[in-house]
Amino acid sequence: MTQWGYVTVGYVLVFVVLAVYAVRTLLKGRALSKQVPPESRRWM
Amino acid sequence: MTESEATVPAHTGSRTTRLLGLATLVGIAVVLVLGLVVTGPDAVQGDAARLIYLHVPVAVAMNVGFGLTTLGSVMWLWKKSRWWDTVAVSACEVGLVYTGLTLVTGMVWGRPTWGVYWTWDARLTTFSLLFLLYLGYLVVRHLPAETEVRNRRSAYVALLAFVDVPIVYLSVSWWRGLHQSATLSLSSTISGLMLFTLMTGMIVALMGFAWLLIHRFRVAWLEDELDSVGLELAISERRAEAGMTSVNVPATVEAVVR
Repeated sequence: MTQWGYVTVGYVLVFVVLAVYAVRTLLKGRALSKQVPPESRRWM
Repeated sequence: MTESEATVPAHTGSRTTRLLGLATLVGIAVVLVLGLVVTGPDAVQGDAARLIYLHVPVAVAMNVGFGLTTLGSVMWLWKKSRWWDTVAVSACEVGLVYTGLTLVTGMVWGRPTWGVYWTWDARLTTFSLLFLLYLGYLVVRHLPAETEVRNRRSAYVALLAFVDVPIVYLSVSWWRGLHQSATLSLSSTISGLMLFTLMTGMIVALMGFAWLLIHRFRVAWLEDELDSVGLELAISERRAEAGMTSVNVPATVEAVVR
């Protein structure tokens, strides 16, 4: 693999992992928010 | 649906997170352009050195995460504050994601630079130990126990794990190995556009870290809310089974049951 190949793999891996983790966290937050009364989830 | 339910959205977002998220996305685009197009290849390592604009920023964000985990743990031991305990566990999980990314980008960078993905170099060894220590923190966190016992156990594990953080940083000075010396130190030679791109990358990595941390904090807060509601509900049911005439069900439990 060329040096650009390693660079591409590194960049893609980082952004894919962060995107998956972010989406997972947001979905979990939505699911939990529906089960908790509004007064317990008043964010600033 | 009550008026309160209609005005409080059922997610962990807020105006702050939306602005921060947008700024982070713009920042990522800027880093990509700077790191892959504007900044030239390194004189020694060539184009592979472009991985520095990811590897070092995610490592810095990881250190901030573990610093917050330690701070949150110390504050919990001192104040017994739920807020600080939630900071500790949220920062640890997000920090662990960044630790994994630091390991992976280091391995991908190591292959064209050293000829191998992995070697038992002092920095890599102490770093992988760090990953395992904080993974241990999350495992301890999930062991069945009363809330206070769980928080105390995990706080002590966090304090123990943090001992490895300065060892990781100093490992390249203490032991001779393949890993280059610290990129950010008084004796580092990085300068000009490379330094600017690296600094931009660090700011963006920290912004992304903050965005993830806020959302993860709110998720952890909601999990605790549900746990406490579940406990109150169980107590109420036991009281009802025991034939107690006056069953005092809290408003939060009623809301969840309803």
